[in-house]
This record gives sequence, structure tokens and C-alpha cells, in this order.
Amino acid sequence: MRKINLIIVREIKSKLHNKTFIIMTLLAPLLITGFLAFLIKMSQSEKTEQNVLVLDESQLFRDKLTGNDYISLAWSNQRLEDAVEQFTEKGYTCLLWISPNIIEGGAGASKLFYKKSPGFGFQTYIKDQMEKIIYENKLKANNIDPIIISNSKQSVKLILEKVDDKGKTEEQSNLGLFGFITGALMFMFILMYGMMVFRSVMEEKTNRIVEVIVSSVKPFELMLGKIFGVAILGIIQFAAMGIITFLLTTILSTVFLKDTSSQLKVFEHQQELVKKNGTNVNFEKLQKFDDKLELFDLMQKLHKIDFLQVFVCFLLYFIGGFLFYSSIMAAIGSAVDSEADSQQFITPVMIPLMIGYFISTKTILDPDSSTVFWGSIIPFTSPIVMMSRITNGVPPWEIYLSISILFVSFVLMTWLAGKIYRTGILMYGKKTSWREIGKWLFYK
Amino acid sequence: MADILQINHVSKRYSNHVALNDVSLNIPERSVFGLLGPNGAGKTSLIRIINQITGPDTGEIFFKGQKLNPKHVEQIGYLPEERGLYKKMTVGDQVLYLAQLKGLSKHEAKKRLQFWFEKFEMQSWWKKKIEELSKGMQQKVQFIVTVIHEPELLILDEPFSGFDPINAQLIKNEILELRKNGATVIFSTHNMGSVEELCDNIALINKSEKILDGSVKDIRKTYRSNTYTVSFKGNPMGFTNALWTGGEVLNKYTEDEVNHFTVKLLNGVSSNQLLQAVLPTCEIISFTELIPSMNDIFIMKINEGNEVIGTKSSYTE
Repeated sequence: MRKINLIIVREIKSKLHNKTFIIMTLLAPLLITGFLAFLIKMSQSEKTEQNVLVLDESQLFRDKLTGNDYISLAWSNQRLEDAVEQFTEKGYTCLLWISPNIIEGGAGASKLFYKKSPGFGFQTYIKDQMEKIIYENKLKANNIDPIIISNSKQSVKLILEKVDDKGKTEEQSNLGLFGFITGALMFMFILMYGMMVFRSVMEEKTNRIVEVIVSSVKPFELMLGKIFGVAILGIIQFAAMGIITFLLTTILSTVFLKDTSSQLKVFEHQQELVKKNGTNVNFEKLQKFDDKLELFDLMQKLHKIDFLQVFVCFLLYFIGGFLFYSSIMAAIGSAVDSEADSQQFITPVMIPLMIGYFISTKTILDPDSSTVFWGSIIPFTSPIVMMSRITNGVPPWEIYLSISILFVSFVLMTWLAGKIYRTGILMYGKKTSWREIGKWLFYK
Repeated sequence: MADILQINHVSKRYSNHVALNDVSLNIPERSVFGLLGPNGAGKTSLIRIINQITGPDTGEIFFKGQKLNPKHVEQIGYLPEERGLYKKMTVGDQVLYLAQLKGLSKHEAKKRLQFWFEKFEMQSWWKKKIEELSKGMQQKVQFIVTVIHEPELLILDEPFSGFDPINAQLIKNEILELRKNGATVIFSTHNMGSVEELCDNIALINKSEKILDGSVKDIRKTYRSNTYTVSFKGNPMGFTNALWTGGEVLNKYTEDEVNHFTVKLLNGVSSNQLLQAVLPTCEIISFTELIPSMNDIFIMKINEGNEVIGTKSSYTE
């Protein structure tokens, strides 16, 4: 055991001294949060102040088209040519021109002039309002009350209730996308750390140091030491990245979403009121969050996730899946002499991982299909597929079964890999084939 | 002298060839043992079995009377033919790591490393990465790795290949010093010169079988062919006539009026009889017995073996 410990410690140290490793650990969370921030930023309308001069030749929009906190509108009857020349001098950022026959539609019926490009959010804001005004105008022209139309619209929310064998029901949230992300993360982690084992094994072989080492420790011990070393390293790195990401996202959410959480509370409170009192609630008094509904929905779903379960399962499947795949990686790492020869061996190992990834995309559309079920039981794909299912609720026995199979397979695979490894690391100069590797399994 | 290593009927077979066929050897304590043989003869296979890197298919090995077991690796130092070090690791960390794998405590390993660093005058290398060292410097580090745990048995596979002459000499001296301090050294080599210089005993392996073993002195004695080189001044005809039927001239040449004759004596004829017979005819300048070098014996035995095996295989075909 002492020797395996030495190997594990060396393996961890050698990577911790590696600058790329440290940079990756710090950079990945930055990239992830940066990407999130970007997405949030993109989804929120820009806050750039816009001072718009409107030339409404159709006379349809006056007093109906409105600004907001950062968009102010001014109306004018100037000639278009003059306005185009003068609007910036007069302190306007944009000029909106609406043609008299806008109602007939067609391109060029309205134009937006600017010097500095207005954001997409602003364009959408103006466009949506104009469309709504035209829509209501046309309804009125046909003697239809727009209120009837808007009251006729009813959104349907399907609440998913899973019935178990005892007839108990449990509310489920459809979190396919979230599961897909955890599945993809699992794929990434197994591949990343598997490759780390592969490289580490190959490095010792090409360095020719391996024979010195195996004269002190059994090849199997060396292999296990390397695998466990990288596993521990993986957990350390994962934890470090997790903590950094958590901190960064916390900062991010206090910066970008500080109002949203309190708004969500108001929204939830209102929902409760409506549930209790039905239509007796005075709707006029309620705050409206039309533009926030999707975000609220997502936040509510996230609150429903049992993060502890997801975390524990992720850890277990990561350890199992990593150990399973990394023993294969160690075996093939021992079989090759150079990076150039390695591709033919890595590709076949990647295929089951890729299949797992594809099955996990299927989980969103068809979570209870037999492909998905078997995918989450067979050890080659189970870490990825099961992780993509877990947020949708999986019967505990399936999880227990799949984890047990995974760990038993890991033991078996390590045993086989050990046989290949101890022969492979001492083979030089020969180009190895799969058949050759097969033979190594039977050497004494 | 007790044997540190007894190898009894060891065989090892890979899927398509036999690496060792029923090899038995005894290696005496406190000696330098040469394991000789052409490439692919099975030397490295045997060495790997002694190091417990692989196991024999059949046969047994005893280390100091005990059946070879994993504990023994701490008493064996091994310098493989294919050798190397972690390029990115510092010299100090690297040697400490490998020494600890051989069972030394970190503290003890540090102390001994200090000793070797002083001996080889390389204190300043401690924090250097291996890739920053020259090849010769790396070889010194490699040698320290092999001996730092003060093994009782040192196994060096082709130690002189890849080492520059200065380091090779350094290692030769270390080998002899280690033996003086009680270690046993096994080394495999092609370099016959170093065999005569260093080895007490040898074994010759060819085509996975042991074909010769014993002490270097005894072997060379066995291969004596009662052949002498006689250098003399005088009439060569008289010399040849005086030889009469006691011997046969194998080779002769004359240089600066001195004749050099290589004479093979017939069985039962002694060197004294030869001298007595030729003394009246000429003036003897030198007289030496021609003992075959290990190189000659090596080539002779290998060729012999090839012939035998050659006929065998043609027979089976």
C-alpha cells in the first residue's frame, strides 16, 4: 500500500506542478461563468438610453407607441429629409419614420435612422409594439374587440405526475435539458481524465523509466496508483472548479439577477393568491411579469432539483465511469510507443462514450424508452445516460443496479487491463495490433 | 562460497517463441557474474524474471536460500537496458521517489542521495530537471538510482551500452568497489573485454539455452589447446626438425630476424619437452601459452551452437 501511495502522490504532484493544469482549473470556471453572463446579458434588453424622434405619417401610432425607463419618444411632423439631416443635432439618437401606408405592409413601410447602431433589444421593443398596434387596429377595423381576443388566449401548463407501483403520485418537473448538461459534463470529464491516464502511462513507457519502476513495484500496482492518482486529481480539480464556478455565479447572480429573485417571490406569492381565491383576486392590482415568465419557470424548476442527489450520483458515476474507462485507457496507453500510433486505439474506446452521449440526447425526447433504459444500465454508457435521466426521476433500484454493475465491471476491466498493461509497457519497437493485445491477456 | 541466487530449470515461453529453455544457474555471493549471449538469446528475459517483472512458466528461483518473493526487490538494484527518467521531474525528487519505491524512508533516501551527490560532485543538480541535464549527467543520475538502496544484488543489463567511456569507467570502478563492500553484481554484456576485466564467473546463453557457465579462469583453462607461441632467433628449419613429431606448427612469421612460431603440441607432450627439444637449435626470446580469450570462446561456442541447432531445425523440417 505504501508504494501505491507513493505513486498516487507523485502522479498528483506532477500534474499540480504543471502550469497548463492550473490554468485550466482556473480558466474553465471563468469561461463557464463568462458564457453564462453573456447569455444573461444577451437575454436582457440593453439599458442604453435612446432618445427617439418619431415621424408618424400614418398617424396611427401617436400616443399608442410608448417609451420606457430608457427609451423616450418625441413626435414631429417635419419633412423626412430635414429630420434625417437634423435629428442628431437636436439630441436624438434615432429617427423612426413610419410611412402613411404602413397598414398595407411591405418592406420599407417604416425606417429607423441612426448614427450609432441601436441594440437588437431596442429594435425588438419598437417592432413588437408597432406590430401589436397594427394588429389591434386591424381587429378594430373588422369590428372585433381586441380584449376578446386577448382574453381568449389561454396558456396550458402540463403538470407531470409520476405514479409509482403503490399508486402514489409525485410531481415531476421536466428537466431534460438540465439532465442533458450533466450527461455532457460526465462525458467530458471521463474523456478528459481518461486521456490523462493514457498520456501518463505512455509517457513512462516512452521515457523508458517504466522498467526501473516495475523492478520495484508490481505493474498492476503501478497501474492502480496511476489510475487512483488521476481520479483523486480529477476530484480535486472538479471540486476546485465547482467552488470557483459557484463563487463566480453567486457574484454574477447578485449583479445581474438581484431584482429577479425578489420579483420571483412576489410572483410566487401572487400565484398562491390566485390558487386560493380563484378569480376573486383583483388582477389589476397584481404586478405583471410577462417578460420574466420563462426565467421564473426555469428558476422554479431549478429549485425543484434535488442537488444533493444529483451531486452524489455525479460523484459516484464519475468515479465508476472514470475508473472503468481509465483502466482501458491505461491498457492501450501501455500498448503504444508514440502519440502517432495511439489514434487507432483511442477511437474504438471513444465510440461507446459517443454512443452514450447520443443516447443521452434521446433522453429529452423519450426518457422511458428501452434504449435509454439499457443505456443507463450497461457500464460503457451508464454514467452518461443515467446522469442525463437522473433529474427526471429514476426509480432507485435502477440507480443501485446500474452503479453496482458499473463498479463490478470496473474491477473486471482493471483485472483485464492489468494483464495487457504488464506486457505492453515492456514492448518496444513492434507495432501493436488488437490481435497482439488479445494474446497478451493469456501470458502468464 | 554461498550462492546468492539459485536458478533452477527456468523456462519462459511467449506465444510464438521460447525465451528461456530449462536454464539453471548458480550465482555465488560477492562475485561479479557476466551473463553473455548474442542479441535475442534470452538474457533480458532471465533478468526480468530475477527482477520479478515477469514470472517464469516453470522452474524456481531462490534468493539467499529463500524462494524469490516481492520482498526481495528491495535488495536488488536494476539498471535495465532500456532506461530513462522522468524528463520534467527534478533530479532530487526523482531519485527520492525511486529510492522510496525501493523501500527506503524519505529521510534515509535524502541522506544517501547527499552522499552520492558529493561523491559525483553534482550537489548543484538537485533542483534541475532531467531534461536540462546532458546525457552523461543523466547516466550518472541513473546509476545512483540503481544503487542508492545499497542492494545486495545488482543487475546491470548492458551497462556499457550508451554510456560514454568516462562514465563507463566510473561504473566499472563502482562495480568493483561494490563487490569489495559485499555486493554481488550480475551484468549482461556484449563487451568481452570488460568480461575478462571484471567477471569472476560467467554464463553463456544462446537461443534460450545455457550453453556454458563457470568461473572465467576455469573456462579459459578448459579451452586451452596446448598451443604456444615461441619467438626465437636462429634457423627455422632446424627448429621445425627439432619439433619432430611432438607438435605441429600452426602459424609462423619472421620479423626483424626474429621468428614467431605458433605450435600446437600433441596430447601428452609437455611444454618442457618442447623447450628441451628446440633449445639446442636456436636462441629462445619468448615463450607464452596461447590461452583463448573470452571473445574467442564466445564466438566458438555460439557458432558451435548455431551449427547444432541448424542441423536440428533442418532435421525437423
